[in-house]
Formats: sequence, C-alpha cells, structure tokens
Amino acid sequence: MQFTAMILSNVEVSPGYWRMRMTAPPECAAARPGQFVMVRVNGAIDPLLRRPFGIFDVGTYIPAQSGAIPQPYMEMLYRVVGKGTAMLSTLHGSDLLDVLGPLGKGFDLGAADEEKLIVGGGVGLAPLYLLAKELVKGSKVRLFAGGRTRDDILCITEFERLGVECYTATEDGSLGECGLVTEALLRRLDQLKGRATVYACGPHGMLNAVAGIAAERNIPCQVSLEGYMACGVGACLGCVAPGHSHSAENPDYRCVCTEGPVFESGELKWRD
Amino acid sequence: MKPDNRPDMTVNLAGLPLRNPVMTASGTFGYGEEFAEYVDMESIGAFVTKGLSLKPRAGNPTPRIVETPGGMLNAIGLQNVGIDAFITKKVPYLRTVNTPAIANFFGNTVDEYAEMARRLDDIPEVAALEVNISCPNVKLGGIVFGTDPDCAASVVAACRAATNKPLIIKLSPNVTDVVLMARACEDAGADALSMINTLIGMAIDLNKRRPVLANVTGGFSGPAIKPVALRMVWQVAKAVKVPIIGIGGIMNAVDALEFMLAGATAVQVGTASFINPGAAQKIAEDMETWLIENGVADIKSLIGALES
Repeated sequence: MQFTAMILSNVEVSPGYWRMRMTAPPECAAARPGQFVMVRVNGAIDPLLRRPFGIFDVGTYIPAQSGAIPQPYMEMLYRVVGKGTAMLSTLHGSDLLDVLGPLGKGFDLGAADEEKLIVGGGVGLAPLYLLAKELVKGSKVRLFAGGRTRDDILCITEFERLGVECYTATEDGSLGECGLVTEALLRRLDQLKGRATVYACGPHGMLNAVAGIAAERNIPCQVSLEGYMACGVGACLGCVAPGHSHSAENPDYRCVCTEGPVFESGELKWRD
Repeated sequence: MKPDNRPDMTVNLAGLPLRNPVMTASGTFGYGEEFAEYVDMESIGAFVTKGLSLKPRAGNPTPRIVETPGGMLNAIGLQNVGIDAFITKKVPYLRTVNTPAIANFFGNTVDEYAEMARRLDDIPEVAALEVNISCPNVKLGGIVFGTDPDCAASVVAACRAATNKPLIIKLSPNVTDVVLMARACEDAGADALSMINTLIGMAIDLNKRRPVLANVTGGFSGPAIKPVALRMVWQVAKAVKVPIIGIGGIMNAVDALEFMLAGATAVQVGTASFINPGAAQKIAEDMETWLIENGVADIKSLIGALES
C-alpha cells in the first residue's frame, strides 16, 4: 500500500546512522520481520527513485494530546550513504514522507524450541530488531553484531532490553572483540548442543561467510539481501540476485523485492 | 462536452478504441497483474506487457540499474518469461481486465519476429502488438534493427504479414534521422508508432574507475529525456499519417498533454510507474481535470494542435 507518513522523530543514533519513527497505517504496523518499505525522499525529480529501507520496528504510541488513543508507528534505521539518505536525515518531526509498503517476503520464524542466532553487520541490523522481538517470545536469541568501528554497532541496548544475548566485534577493536563477528558465531556454533537457525543481514562478504558456515554445519540459514531497485514491486527487475544454480551459461536470477529480500541461504549462489 | 459535462477522453489508436490516451510502457508495468493492487486497471487506456521473446530470457548480470540526475539507466537484458509461459501464466489475468492489453515483443532475426507476431496474433486477449526493434540482428553482425531503415522495414513487413491486429512499432531514438526510420516503418505496414524507446547512456564510478552497470551501457529514461522525446514526436508527427504514441519522461498530466500537442494520439507512462505504481491512473485523472478546467470538450482536439 502507498501512504503518507508523518515523521515523529529522526535521530542520529551513531555517527552517520539515523533512526526515524513515523506514523503508519495499521497494515504497515502489522509488517512481518524482514519486510521493507520504499520511501520517496521528496516530491522533486532528484532524487528520482524511491529508496528501500528495512523495517526496524513497529508499535503503537500515544499522541501528546490528552485523551488520545494509541496510534501505530513504524521505524527505520538507515545509514547516510548518498544524496537521498542525506536529505532524509535533514527531515524533522511533522514532516511528511511518501511510503510504499510493507513489501517483500519476511523471515520465517521457524520452530520455537531451538536457538536463534542473529548476525548483523552495520546497518544490516535494521530488519533484525523486529525479528528479534518476535523470536524472543519463544526462543533463546543471540545477536552477533559486527562493524568496522564502534560507530557501526547500532542499538545494542535495545536488543539487550529484549533479553537477547549480544556479542559484538569490530575490525579495529574499538568495541567488543577485535576481528570479524563470524569468529564469535563460529565459537557459539561449536558449543551448540541442540538445533538452531541462523539469520543474517549485512554486507555481502559477511553474508557469504555466514552462509558458508551454516552450510558446513548443516544449519538452516536465512539471509536478507540488499538490492538496488527502482520499484520494489517486481516490475523493474533491477534488483535480482543469482540463484543457487546460476551460471553464465544458465542464468538463474531471483527478484530481491518480491521473491526476497529474505532467502534461505541455500537458494542463492555464493562464492566458494 | 458530453451530457454529464465530462470531456470526451477517448481516442482511437489505429482501430483500437481507448477510454483515454494513457497507456503504460513496456518493461515498467510487468505483465499488468503486478500493479493490480495500485492501479484501477479500468482507469487507464491500455497497458503494455514486458517485452516477450520466443524463449524465456534470464537477463543481464547486476548492477542492472542506476539513478542519474532526473533519470535512470537500465540494462535488464530483456528478461522475460517467454511466449509459452506468457500464454499459460500471464494471459489468464488479461482475461479478467476490461482494458486492452498490448503485447510487446522482440526477436533476434526477422523470422523470430514473424514467429512471435503469429503466436501473439492467436491470443484473443492480446488487443494489439508492439514491436521492439531496438535489438541486434544476429544474422547481420548485430546491427540494431531499429537503426537501419531497411532492417526495420523487413521486420515490420514480416510482422505485418503475420498479424491482422494493430501493429505498433516502437522506435529507437538512437538514430541520426528518426523521421527516416518512421517513414520506413509506416511504408512497411505499421499501424502506429510508439516513440521513443530509451536513449543509450552510461554511468561511471570514479572511485572504482569502472562503469556502474555490469553491461557498461544502459537505456536512459525518466524526466531528463522528455525534451528529446517531445522533439522527435513533433518531427515524426509532421512526416507520417499513422498515429503516434508519445513516450519519454512523462511524470504528470502536463507532460502527457504536451506530447499530445506535439502530435501524439496517446502516451505511455514508464519510469513514473516505478516511483508511483499508481502514476498512470493519476495522470489520466489529472488530464481530464485539466480539460475541464480549460474548457476542452474533446481530448482529440489537442492532438497535434501545437501553435507556432
């Protein structure tokens, strides 16, 4: 669905990373974890296209006026990377945004009686908070958050408040372990007794590593991909990702916006 | 004005009556069904399918698209389900909609074009055919059909012989003289011309020192190309008798009406549908509003009515 959202807050949570809360119709506030929205930053023709953002959180808030009834809201966590996101970061409470969504296929929450291991890199944490919020209702959830520096480790306190056990790693050692977050994931998997599912979102290199680790151990793994897309509804075919049987001779592409953005890692083609 | 004081929005496109002149452009509207949630299909004049081929095509590697100021480049690589899957999986939806569906298609040889025209001619749900001639001719060393008047004419003549449905030829703007191409297509039996297809462009990532698109070049579309498209429609409208469908950067009703003044009988909305999936419907509604506000009783009176 397409709707006009009113911004409730837009806050820089870490240098270059912003968290925006906006009003949303009930259908959008009922989004499944892993779904995304396409946002038009302004009505002009530059930037021209909408920008895709994972849904960070949904909920209800009580408007300031007395006697107000709770209203649904949606949150996005985004990184300023170009002109569109830079403009988004200049918006304030009560500014309006044109939003299309919720779009795409979300995460499969799987069985309750198993451990859930969530891996996020930088702004890849965006769709994982809503996922964690659902998963903690029935499972033990561990989060492995990685980044280049401490600035890339976002909203850990919020995850901890849900009861998620958090492990952090940075490449420069400025927060948590020094190195890649996949090291911490590997150690946890070595201690694992029962069944588990891995969920991941982040840079492609990280997803590639996580998918490899999960495949070696035969653990189900779902990844959420980023795709450069114009429409978000399966028409432009810009955002495709190679499927598992893909080759130059026999191409096999999956549409990230409608067949994803969440895929079983085995559905996709990864580097060896 | 009609009795209810609403302007007459209907146009006739080479024998195909349209409730209004607004169509959707191939490759920007899927096979129709993808947009059913966002567009009242019966509010637009017609819609055009993704370009179809005899065999399914997987398309190009990524990145396939990139935004540029006021526009975008795409190099999707003509990804489509192929004619067989179109018939079994996409045509059933067309049956449910009371709006003409126009099948866009392409081939790698003249024979493939003719075969596609025959196959599509057999489908009652397909109201008209739109031929994409911006494809390389594999038998002639890859020369693009739409950039050579003889090549284009041979495609049009072969398709003409294969169908009685309205035959629309989609012209490439990547030519020295678009009027020459338009006349060649008209003479070979085209019922209408849609113009323009995308302009070939390129984007470079300075830091990586590489082209942005995996295909290096891509088709440039969006509001940035509108002046080029308007000029070409205006030039061709003066030179041919067949109706023209104006395409190129139409974002709103004003853009669409400008194309009609330049000589277009109908228009296609393309990139705008990516930004607002309901764009075509909104444009049709706003065009009617403009007619009411400006006391124009019949939209046909605007076709080619540019004053000099």
